[in-house]
Amino acid sequence: MPKTATAARSAPERLHLTADVLVLGGGPSAAWAAVAAAESGATVVLADKGYLGTSGATAPSNTGTWCVPPGDNRHAVVERRWQRTGELADQRWMLRCVDTAYRNLLQLSEWGYPFPSEDDGRLYIANLRGPDYMRFMRRRVLLAGVTVLDHHPALELLSDGDAIVGAAGIGRQIERDWRVDAKAVVLATGGCAFRERILGSTGLTGDGYLMAAEAGASLSGMEFTGKYTLAPHGSSLNKGLPFRWASFHREDGSAILGPTGEPLRNGIGEREEEVARALIEGPVYARLDQAEPALQGWLRQGQPNCFVPYDRAGIDPFADLFRVSLRAEGTVRGTGGIDIVSDDCGTGVPGLYVAGDAASREIMTGAVSGGGAVNSSWALASGWWAGKGASTHARRRGGKAFRNEVRPLGQAGLRPAASPRADIAAREIIETVRAEVVPLDKNFFRSGAGLEKSGERLESVWRDVRDHLQGEGVERIRTREAASIAAAGRWSVAAALHRSESRGMHRRTDLPGKSPTLAHRLVLTGVDDFRISGAPERLAELAS
Amino acid sequence: MIEIVSATRCVECDICVKVCPANVFDATKDGAPVIARQEDCQTCFLCEIYCPTDALYVAETAEGPTGISEAEVEARHLFGGYARALGWKRGKAGGSQFDPTHRIRVAQ
Ligand SMILES: Cc1cc2nc3c(=O)[nH]c(=O)nc-3n(C[C@H](O)[C@H](O)[C@H](O)COP(=O)(O)OP(=O)(O)OC[C@H]3O[C@@H](n4cnc5c(N)ncnc54)[C@H](O)[C@@H]3O)c2cc1C
Ligand code: SF4
Ligand code: SF4
Repeated sequence: MPKTATAARSAPERLHLTADVLVLGGGPSAAWAAVAAAESGATVVLADKGYLGTSGATAPSNTGTWCVPPGDNRHAVVERRWQRTGELADQRWMLRCVDTAYRNLLQLSEWGYPFPSEDDGRLYIANLRGPDYMRFMRRRVLLAGVTVLDHHPALELLSDGDAIVGAAGIGRQIERDWRVDAKAVVLATGGCAFRERILGSTGLTGDGYLMAAEAGASLSGMEFTGKYTLAPHGSSLNKGLPFRWASFHREDGSAILGPTGEPLRNGIGEREEEVARALIEGPVYARLDQAEPALQGWLRQGQPNCFVPYDRAGIDPFADLFRVSLRAEGTVRGTGGIDIVSDDCGTGVPGLYVAGDAASREIMTGAVSGGGAVNSSWALASGWWAGKGASTHARRRGGKAFRNEVRPLGQAGLRPAASPRADIAAREIIETVRAEVVPLDKNFFRSGAGLEKSGERLESVWRDVRDHLQGEGVERIRTREAASIAAAGRWSVAAALHRSESRGMHRRTDLPGKSPTLAHRLVLTGVDDFRISGAPERLAELAS
Repeated sequence: MIEIVSATRCVECDICVKVCPANVFDATKDGAPVIARQEDCQTCFLCEIYCPTDALYVAETAEGPTGISEAEVEARHLFGGYARALGWKRGKAGGSQFDPTHRIRVAQ
């Protein structure tokens, strides 16, 4: 017997709330921003596309943090890490981040988060188990008095001409439009995973980038989307850690060799390159045969989700060969995002703040991935600063906020520039973008000629999106996601073409090696008509 | 991908409808939730651990369903497998204090 859904299907009145601060997102950076803003006395609404506690990249994972205790040694630790960032990170930001992240990790332990202990009995606070951490953060957010709207994706920002004054979206389970008037907004909407089926990716479609760009904010580091991580073939488990202890083989059984000619015994970090090269030629198989029995146990117990695919498929990954792939991770483990221009994570657009993966992490990790440690500390710290910054802005703006007429800023995917066309559909658009930004031979290894071709295709997709893509009701979520993915893909390829060198995860086969004249960040401004400019210390410029 | 909502195990609490970050399930008037948007599933296994009765099964393939039957999942004791590995029970969190990941980091 067919069952009937109970959710109301008639269109009820729209939900209209007012707050000092509106936080968009439901991952760790959103949670910390909401708590920080509420603690400074602001009334806060948090609206997430998914469910605060399970959505985002952290909740299904197990995130190691960059945990650096106070003391003079921090400078040396930061300096060492900076050496690996392709000269694009900023040590002042790195230091601020480790300090604030450490404080918030201690805060978690004071709140009673169940951290594990080391052998000497001290708490080990450098790792946060995703499902537990995010469930815990949901409770802290609710305890702080924040109004949480789950399954309420934002579709666009609102402006009063002087500043951002809220956002509007739709409650997808009740099919009801919502609008929150707020004196400041924090974008904590995560990165763009280009619809790759990786952990947490479902909501990570780069919506925040498009919303921010429409409001006049800039992006940076969009060329750094060349990060891929190993996963059992066909699975969602893009966690590299177990492959630190693996051997790799081709279909005919021959071993894949590392740069020294020895068989590869570690498939993560820079060694992803050898695996990528082999994968372009044909299927690759791995076996976690470099892990000692004790380590096997710790891996199983410490990273249980990594073993779910093997257990369900009936594979013993320590003994059997199994097929692997490299999963594209867009800006999630890449570094691109919304450019930050002030210490409180302001975007340069009054009233608009940014945190976590929605922000460019170039200042933290430059041209290399911040996955594995930096990104989760950045979410802890930037969420805190953005929440504080937004509540200060809200207090300063006071009654001035809602005096002028409010205008919604959403364009592509919501309000097409020309007449809507039914044959321009979200799904096909996303597939076309994926064909340019996912394949290893286009995006892991890049070339000028290849990028030019991808750029042309993405321009034409973008024109269709801009001019003709439109949805009704909840379908607007999909059209807006498609527009955001198309915009992010187009910006990423344009920035990659602009960076005529190789640096970190940006690998140009036609231009190997770093160019000294490009040892600076690239800042991209504008939506349809955009320009890319160098940022040789844009932050210093703004501060002086 | 999410493949099974076991009607025999489900107590119709609709928690999965609420917590699935991809909004895959729809509640029903007269029974267990249905998988309404399977294609949107991100294979995160989180619905499984929130379910108080281990009534959900997410197969290991992310691109499409495997077609596994409830009988096989039951016979292979796969219901609740991920929750047990984490130390979560009846939809409640637990076990993070036993996480040995710090030992892996040292080995690394
Ligand atoms: C498998 C995996 C393992 C990882 N491991 C590590 C690690 O070990 N160490 C480390 O440092 N980092 C790691 N990372 C990265 C880390 O998880 C992220 O940096 C972190 O989750 C970022 O937090 P966030 O809150 O900014 O974004 P997310 O956690 O991704 O959350 C983004 C949120 O925005 C919401 N959202 C999106 N669009 C909208 C919209 N339009 N309206 C409202 N809400 C919206 C989403 O629903 C989601 O809740 C890992 C990532 C992955 C994928
Ligand atoms: S969470 Fe489990 S018990 Fe509750 S409705 Fe879903 S399947 Fe049924
Ligand atoms: S695995 Fe994740 S995305 Fe899929 S149904 Fe369960 S909670 Fe939803």
